[in-house]
Amino acid sequence: MTAAGLLQVGIYLGVLLACVKPLGSYMAKVYSGSAPLLEGVVGPLERLLYRLCGVDKSAEMTWRQYALAVLAFSLASFIAVYAWQRTQGWLPLNPQALPAVSPDSAFNTAVSFTTNTNWQGYGGETTMSYLTQMLALTVQNFVSAAAGMAVLMALIRGFTRHTSHTIGNFWVDLLRGTLYIFLPLSLVLAPLLVSQGVVQTFAASHEVRLLQPTVDAEGKKVTTQAIAVGPAASQIAIKQLGTNGGGFFNVNSSHPLENPTPLSNFLELLAILLIPAALCHTFGELVGDRRQGWALLAAMLVIFAPLLASTTICEQSGNPLLAQLGADQAASDSQPGGNMEGKENRFGIANSTLWAVATTAASNGSVNSMHDSYTPLGGLVPMWLMQLGEVVFGGVGSGLYGMLLFAIVAVFLSGLMVGRTPEYLGKKLGAFEMKMASLAILFPCAMVLVGTAVAISSDSGRETIFNTGPHGFSEVLYAFSSAGNNNGSAFAGLGANTPFYNGLLGLSMLVGRFWVMLPVLAIAGSLASKKSVPVGPGTLPTHTPLFVVLLVAVVIVVGALSFFPALALGPIVEHLLMAAAL
Amino acid sequence: MTRTTTRLFDRKILLDAIAASFWKLDPRVQLRNPVMFAVYLGSILTTILWLHSLTATTGESSSFVLGVAIWLWFTVLFANFAEAIAEGHGKAQAASLKKSRTTVVARKLTGSAPGKHVQSEDVPATDLKIGDVVIVKAGETIPADGEVVEGVASVDESAITGESAPVVRESGGDRSSVTGGTRVISDWLVIQVRTLPGQSFLDRMIAMVEGAKRQKTPNEIALAILLAALTLIFLLVAATLLPYSIYSVQASGQGMAISLTVLVALFVCLAPTTIGALLSAIGIAGMNRLSQANVIAMSGRAVEAAGDVDVLLLDKTGTITLGNRQATRFIPASGTTERELAEAAHLASMADETAEGRSIAVLAKRQFGLRGRELERIQPHFVPFSARTRMSGVTLEGHEIRKGAAEAVETHVRSLGGFLPEDVRAAVQEIARSGGTPLVVSRDDLVLGVIELKDIVKGGIKERFAELRQMGIKTVMITGDNPLTAAAIAAEAGVDDFLAEATPEAKLSLIRDYQRGGRLVAMTGDGTNDAPALAQADVAVAMNSGTQAAKEAGNMVDLDSNPTKLIEIVNIGKQLLMTRGSLTTFSIANDVAKYFAILPAAFATTYPALKAFDLMRLSSPSSAILSAVIFNALVIIALVPLALKGVAYRPVGAAQLLRNNLLVYGVGGLGVPFIGIKVIDLLLSAVGLA
Repeated sequence: MTAAGLLQVGIYLGVLLACVKPLGSYMAKVYSGSAPLLEGVVGPLERLLYRLCGVDKSAEMTWRQYALAVLAFSLASFIAVYAWQRTQGWLPLNPQALPAVSPDSAFNTAVSFTTNTNWQGYGGETTMSYLTQMLALTVQNFVSAAAGMAVLMALIRGFTRHTSHTIGNFWVDLLRGTLYIFLPLSLVLAPLLVSQGVVQTFAASHEVRLLQPTVDAEGKKVTTQAIAVGPAASQIAIKQLGTNGGGFFNVNSSHPLENPTPLSNFLELLAILLIPAALCHTFGELVGDRRQGWALLAAMLVIFAPLLASTTICEQSGNPLLAQLGADQAASDSQPGGNMEGKENRFGIANSTLWAVATTAASNGSVNSMHDSYTPLGGLVPMWLMQLGEVVFGGVGSGLYGMLLFAIVAVFLSGLMVGRTPEYLGKKLGAFEMKMASLAILFPCAMVLVGTAVAISSDSGRETIFNTGPHGFSEVLYAFSSAGNNNGSAFAGLGANTPFYNGLLGLSMLVGRFWVMLPVLAIAGSLASKKSVPVGPGTLPTHTPLFVVLLVAVVIVVGALSFFPALALGPIVEHLLMAAAL
Repeated sequence: MTRTTTRLFDRKILLDAIAASFWKLDPRVQLRNPVMFAVYLGSILTTILWLHSLTATTGESSSFVLGVAIWLWFTVLFANFAEAIAEGHGKAQAASLKKSRTTVVARKLTGSAPGKHVQSEDVPATDLKIGDVVIVKAGETIPADGEVVEGVASVDESAITGESAPVVRESGGDRSSVTGGTRVISDWLVIQVRTLPGQSFLDRMIAMVEGAKRQKTPNEIALAILLAALTLIFLLVAATLLPYSIYSVQASGQGMAISLTVLVALFVCLAPTTIGALLSAIGIAGMNRLSQANVIAMSGRAVEAAGDVDVLLLDKTGTITLGNRQATRFIPASGTTERELAEAAHLASMADETAEGRSIAVLAKRQFGLRGRELERIQPHFVPFSARTRMSGVTLEGHEIRKGAAEAVETHVRSLGGFLPEDVRAAVQEIARSGGTPLVVSRDDLVLGVIELKDIVKGGIKERFAELRQMGIKTVMITGDNPLTAAAIAAEAGVDDFLAEATPEAKLSLIRDYQRGGRLVAMTGDGTNDAPALAQADVAVAMNSGTQAAKEAGNMVDLDSNPTKLIEIVNIGKQLLMTRGSLTTFSIANDVAKYFAILPAAFATTYPALKAFDLMRLSSPSSAILSAVIFNALVIIALVPLALKGVAYRPVGAAQLLRNNLLVYGVGGLGVPFIGIKVIDLLLSAVGLA
C-alpha cells in the first residue's frame, strides 16, 4: 500500500466515523417521532401524505401485520417497476426511443430494485428510458432502502419494548425514513455531484467525433461516438446513500459522467457506508446504551479493515505474470502501479480497492473498477464480504439487522458458555429466536450454494460463462453471492442477461431479501412480547471487546465454513495456479 | 452424609452401555437426534457404496470405502454409547432406589377417629387411596407418602437420603411429612396418605433418574435447532461440492470428480457431530448429578432455570443463623453487680426449656460457675412464659424474679411501684440497634439489668454469599425480626438485602416484585406458610422434612433438607448449560482443521495446487480423509467423561468465564484436531492401512 493510498483510506475512515454520531443521533430522533430542523418543512408534507394514503400514524402493528405491509408494499413496487419497463416505449422522456424491456430482464430488474439489490442484468443507457430510470428505479432506490430501515426499526423496538404485541407502524417508518433521511441527504449530495460534472439533463445522447478514429468488429471505420447523458445525478445520490448501487450507466461509477473527479469519488464512496455505519449509533441510542452500537460498529470495522488491507495489498503488488513479462507495476509519481487492469487511472489502486471493499461490505454493489479484473485474492475479498451475509455494514437497515441476527447467535453461544440462559439487551433468547435466526442465516447461504450449483450444472447456465477454468467458476459464484445477499455488484465476464440467469438470480434476490426480513420481524414480535430482564452482575456484557471478538468470530466462522470449499475451487485455486505458473 | 456415587466407568454399566449402543441403532431412536440421524444415513449410504465397489469398478479402492463406512458406524455407535452410559448411571441409581420399594403391607385404620381404639385391616400398599389413614409401628415400612396425624417416631430415611442417622417425625409443625419406603425405627405413627401409589416421591425420583420422563429443556431445544441448521448448511456445502467438482474437472481438464464416499465423509466431519452425539448424555448426566446431590427435580426445566437465578430468598433461621438466639452478655443496671444479675437470670431460666432459656443458663454457668443445685431446698414456683404477660420467671423465698421484653418488665415493675432506670433503657436500645434481643430481668420492683440475646451467624456463610455475588446472584434474607435486628444480622452475614417482619403475604409480594422486574427468584422453604411463596418462585426447593404442602408447591425437593443446597443446584444448572455451550464451540472449531485435511485430498487429482492447504502433510489423500473421519469418531469417546462430569464451574464473572471457555474450547478446538488427525495419519501409515 502506498503512503498516498494509506492517507486517502485514513481520511475516508476518519470522515466516515466523524459522521456516525451526529447522523446516528438524528436518525434515532427521526424514528422516535421528532426531527429537529426539518419538522417545519417536511412535517406538512408528511401529514398530507398520511391523509392521502389514509394512514393512521398512531396505529400500531403486530409483527404479522408489519410483515404483511412490507410484503404488500414490495409486491406493489415490483408490479410498478415491471409495468414501467414494459410500457416505456409508449411513454414520454424517452429521447433514444428505447423499446420495452424484455419480460425476463424486466422481471429481474423489478425484483432487483424492490429488494434493494440493484443487480443490473441490463445496460442503463441502452435499455432504460429516462422516465423508467426516474419513476421506476430511482423511486425504488428511496423506498426499498427505507423499507430495510423500517424493518430494522421494528427489530429495535422488539428489544426496547416489553410485554407488547406491536412493533410500530410500517407506513410511518417507511415514510419518515424517506422524507427525513434519504430525501434531505440526496438533496445535498446530488448538487454536489453535479458541481463535479455528473450529468443531470433530459437531453438525448450527444453524437461526438472521435479524436482517434477506430474500426469496429466488422472492420468498418468508426468516427463518431454517442455520449449517453440523462438525469443521472439525482439517481446516483440515492443509489449510493441507500446502498442500492444500480448505476445510471452500464459501467456504473467508473463512467466519467457518473463519477468524474476524485472529489465526486470521495463523496460517492462516503455515501456508501454513511448510513449503514451511522445506524449502529442509532441502534445504540434507541436501545438506551450507546456502547452497544459502538460494539457493533467495532465488529464491522474489525472485519472490514483487514480485508480492505489485503485487497489493496494484492492489487498494489500487481500481477506476477505481468511482472515476469517485464511490465513495470511499481508505484511512482507518474503511475499508481499495481494491477491497473479494469481500474480507472483517475482513481488508482487505493480508491478502487476501497470502493470495491466498501461496496461489497455494504450491500451497495456500485463499482468504480471492474472486480473481474482483480487479482484472484484481491477479487476473493469482495466475494467473501457478500457471502458473510452482507452484515459488515451491509444494506441500510438490512445490514444491521443481519448483524443483529449474528449477535443473537453469538449471545446464545456465549450464554451457554457462561451457564446462563442467553439474554441480549435484556431479552432472553429462546428456541423461537434461534429458529428464526437460523432460518435467516441458512437461506441466503443455501441460495448462493445451490444457485451456483444449478448454474454450472445446466447447459443454459454454462453457455454464457465466458472465462475458462476456475475464473469462470468464480464469476458464477460471485453472481449468486451478490444476488443471494442482495448486494447487486457483478464480477462481470458472465453473460447474465439471459432468461436463465434473470430468472434464477431474481429468485435468489427474493430469497435473500424476504427470507431474512420475515424471520427478523418474527424475532422482533417475539422479543417485544417478552419481559425485559434488568442487567445484573451475572449478565454477560455485550459491549466489551470480548463480545466483539466473539461476534466477529461467529460471522467469520459461519462465512468461512460455508464457503471455503467453493472459494477454494474458485479464486483460491486460481491464485495457486497463477503462483505455480511463475 | 453418604452418597451413592457410582464410578464413572463401572464395569457393569460399561457392558450394558456397549450392548445398548447397538440396540439404539433402531432408526426410530436415531430419528430423535437430527444431527446423528444424518450421520446414520451417511453410514448406510457408505455401506451401500462399499457393497457397490466390490462388484463394480468405481475408481475408488473398496478398502477405503469400507474404512470410511466402518468409522461412520463407529461415530453413530459412540454417540449411542455416550447416551447409554449416562442412562446407565441413572439406572444404577434407580435400581438402588427400587430396592427400597418392596411390596409393603399397610395397616389401614378403619375406625372413624384416629387415635381412639379403632380397628385396622391389612391391605397391600398399592391399594391405598389418598386420604386413607394407616398406622405404622416400629420396624415397619411406611407404605406411602403422607402426613403424620398422630404420634412421634424416629424414622430411618436412608433409602432416599443416604443419611443413616434416623430423623424424628411428629404430627403438627414442620416435621410432619413422611416418605413412602422409609422405615419407622421406634414408636409408632398414624399417617394420612397424600399421594397415590406410583406417584410417590420415590416413584418420581426413580422415573427422573431413569430418564423416563426426561423432556427437553428450553435451552436444549434452542441449541438443537441451531445444530440442525448447521447440519443443513454443511449438508448443502457437501452436496453442492459435487457439481462444483464436476465443473472443476471439466475446467481443469484433469482428475476425477469427488466421490460420494468423500462427500459423505466431509459432511460427517463438518456436521456438529461431537456436540450432537453428546447432547442427550449431557442432559441426562445433569439430572444424575442433581439426584446424586439428593435433590429431586420435578422437571429438567427447573434445573436449567436454577442456572439463571438472579435472586435467592433465604430464611434467616436455620439457613443463615444457627437455629436459635443465644445469650451473649449480662449488662447490670447501676447499683447491681453483674454476678447478681446473672444469678437472677439463671434462676429465672431454670425451668425455661427453650433454647434461649438454656443459653442463659449456659452463659451464667460459664461466666460465674452458677449451678441450680439449691433448687430443691428453696422450693421454687416457676412462672411459665405467657403471651399475655410476655414474661417468664420464678417466685422463690417471696421474691418475684421475672425476665421478659423491656416493655413487659417495665409494666410489671411499675405496677409494683418501681421504674425502668435510664441506663437500662439505654442498654436495651443499644442491644436492639445492634441486632440483638434484650431481655430485662427484675426482682420484685427492682430492675437488675439486661441480658443480651444474639443470633449466631453460621460459620462460612458469609463466604458462600460472596460466592453467590460473584455468580451474579443477589441474596435476600427473610426474617420475622424487626427491621433493626434484621439489618444487623444481614450486615453480619453479608446478604445483599433483607425482608423484616416477613409474613407469607409479604414474601409473596416480594417475589412478585422481583419477577415483575424480570428477575428469576429462587427460594427454599419447609413450612405450610411457605407454600404460596414456593409456588410463586421460579425455582422452589422444598425441604424433605417439610410439610406436604410445601413439597407440593416446590419444583424441587431436597432430601437432605439443607437450605444451602440451592447453591449446589445453581452450580449444576450452570454446568449443564456450560457443558453444552463449550462442546458446541469445540465441535464447530474442529471443522477448520478437517477442511485442511479433506479438501486438498478430495481435489488432489483435479487441482494438485490445493496441496498448499495440506498443512498437516498427511501421507496420502485417502489416509487424510480416513484420519479426519476417525478423529471425528474418537473425539466423541474422548469427551464422554467431560459430558458426564460437566465442565467445571467457577464463580467468576460472566466475562471471565466466557474468556476462559473460549480459550479452552474455542482455541483448543481449533488446534487439537490438527494434532489428532496428524497422529492418526501417522499410525495409519505405520500399520500400512493407508
